[in-house]
Amino acid sequence: MKNKKIRILHLYPNDMNIYGDHGNVMTLQRRLEWYGYEPEVISYNQGDPFPDNIDIVVGGGGQDSGQNKIKTDLLLIGPQLQKLADKETPMLVICGLYQLFGKFFKTANGEIIKGIGLFDIETYAKSERLIGNIIINSEQFGDIIGYENHSGQTFLGHKASALGHVQLGAGNNAEAINEGARYKNAIGSYLHGSLLPKNPAIADFLIEKAIIKRYGEFSGNVIDDRFVGLARKAAIKRPR
Amino acid sequence: MSKQLITILGKSVKKIAKLRGGGSALPGLVVEHLDPNFIKHTLASLPLGVVVISGTNGKTTTTKMVVELLQSQGLKVFTNRTGSNFTRGIAAALLGDIDIKGHLDADIAVLELDEAHAVHFVDKIPPRFSLILNVMRDQLDRFGEIDYTTNLLRHIANATTETVVLNREDARIAGIAKSLDNQKVCFFGLDDKLLATFPSDDNLHKKTPKVHATIKADVILSEFKNKSATFTINDKKITTNLKLTGIYNVFNAAAALTLVKAILKHNLDNSSLIKKLATITPAFGRGEVITLNNQPIELVLVKNPSGFRLGLKSFSPSNYATMIAINDNYADGRDMSWLWDVDFNSLKEQGVAQISGIRAYDMALRLQYDEVSIKHIEPNLKKALKQFISFAPDKPKRIYCTYTAMLALRRNLSKITNVETIK
Repeated sequence: MKNKKIRILHLYPNDMNIYGDHGNVMTLQRRLEWYGYEPEVISYNQGDPFPDNIDIVVGGGGQDSGQNKIKTDLLLIGPQLQKLADKETPMLVICGLYQLFGKFFKTANGEIIKGIGLFDIETYAKSERLIGNIIINSEQFGDIIGYENHSGQTFLGHKASALGHVQLGAGNNAEAINEGARYKNAIGSYLHGSLLPKNPAIADFLIEKAIIKRYGEFSGNVIDDRFVGLARKAAIKRPR
Repeated sequence: MSKQLITILGKSVKKIAKLRGGGSALPGLVVEHLDPNFIKHTLASLPLGVVVISGTNGKTTTTKMVVELLQSQGLKVFTNRTGSNFTRGIAAALLGDIDIKGHLDADIAVLELDEAHAVHFVDKIPPRFSLILNVMRDQLDRFGEIDYTTNLLRHIANATTETVVLNREDARIAGIAKSLDNQKVCFFGLDDKLLATFPSDDNLHKKTPKVHATIKADVILSEFKNKSATFTINDKKITTNLKLTGIYNVFNAAAALTLVKAILKHNLDNSSLIKKLATITPAFGRGEVITLNNQPIELVLVKNPSGFRLGLKSFSPSNYATMIAINDNYADGRDMSWLWDVDFNSLKEQGVAQISGIRAYDMALRLQYDEVSIKHIEPNLKKALKQFISFAPDKPKRIYCTYTAMLALRRNLSKITNVETIK
């Protein structure tokens, strides 16, 4: 299995990097190594040439100023990302990039920031900030545990399905019972924490999809997930 | 209600709160409720006015330095020493220092203020001097974004009536100078070759080093090795040994010197100031050293990724037993994401002896992903401390801890050894 490479595209690490979403990239990287594969992380920042042969796409949250810097560039690479998603490339985008993977983000002063429309979602800036521990549940992944911190509120269109149902916390918007969005193997979510280390079921979903797509089948060593089990147990008991 | 009566009431609550153990802000809360102008009236009488120190990291130790430096020059200084840096914490500290008539015997007040609370404070009481240390990712769950926090700090600078001291090396802080028309602005800075040892949030995920504009700084930290620091003050180099540990504390000493120079203007002897600086110890839990069984136990407070990264860069783990205690109470910040923005590779060789705190397993998980080995995990702080002490009886120890974990550890340590009590 050595030399079986998996190429991870990390979107905008220079400008979209707050809230520890770096942990998602690290989790994919390490778990691939532990399974016996060879991960390669390619950073994509604005103006860079868009790389070929990408197996997984990851992106994180940023400040408003970071989003402003990348929004035009993202529209330029939107068609390439859409093509990858259509071909069932696994993707994970959190918070800011989740919003911009949707149709648009409407700011507090009514300005419309266009997204790439990969998810059928719309996001509106609201004065209330949704902050705190969050637990959602999905049939496929079980309990998904994280931390949300967003003032943009997201509404799903007919074509989007949610990542999970909210058990504790707010989710996509203040009234929502759902959180996140999915399109084929792409996942968007507001959950920090970081999401993947605390929810290895999602990490392994992305990894297995990527490996099967590239190499036809997945096999790997067993990973010691004792700590994550105990960390999840402790996190579930914490207040909002 | 009369000022005297409020004072007596407040002082009584303070005594009762002390008997109950802890609760440093409660008496202040009572007084603030009875008379919202209590602080304003009391501080208005000070001849040299009010100094506000704010920023993400290093407020408490910097405030301690400024206070002790000013005292060394003969000033009577009022400060909020308990580290309870909210308005009601100041009211509580005032209650301890005023006489029964409500008179405060001091020349100047030096206050550390949390960014969010400082904004309300300076609207009521414009400071004469302010010092803005830095802005980093801290408790994003409370403030939201760094740009937002920067605006809070800009507000403090704008409300200042005389001089604002800013960090030249923090682009967001240095940028505040642009919006200051009516204030004198002074800078403190770092020599370029030390700059690389300061990871900022902006270069966390970037390879490009930061370039600061050619702003002239009043005091520059030029060199720091082991315990010896060289400051360049108005182009003159002065070298001294320090009791402060950690380069971030020493950099904040440059901030403290700049501020003290701005306050005292010409009535100042640089060499006597440096002599005093050499004797100053870090504030409790900020690199504080507690001795147990002839071995030092260092407590290093970690509140945010940049602070944790600086701590790990400042203190060598070799020959030390390391413990990490992570709580997620409100004062610590509830979001654990920040641990993923800290690089723990420097602990790989020695490993970590003990992990503890409410989120012990989040920390263990984080170390697993950096492939750092762990000896013991025990979420209960009391049990973990005991285990840690008996695990390495003849080794110096270092504990990285979040705020409420630090308070609990100090409390437990005070039962078995001498720990300085905080007023």
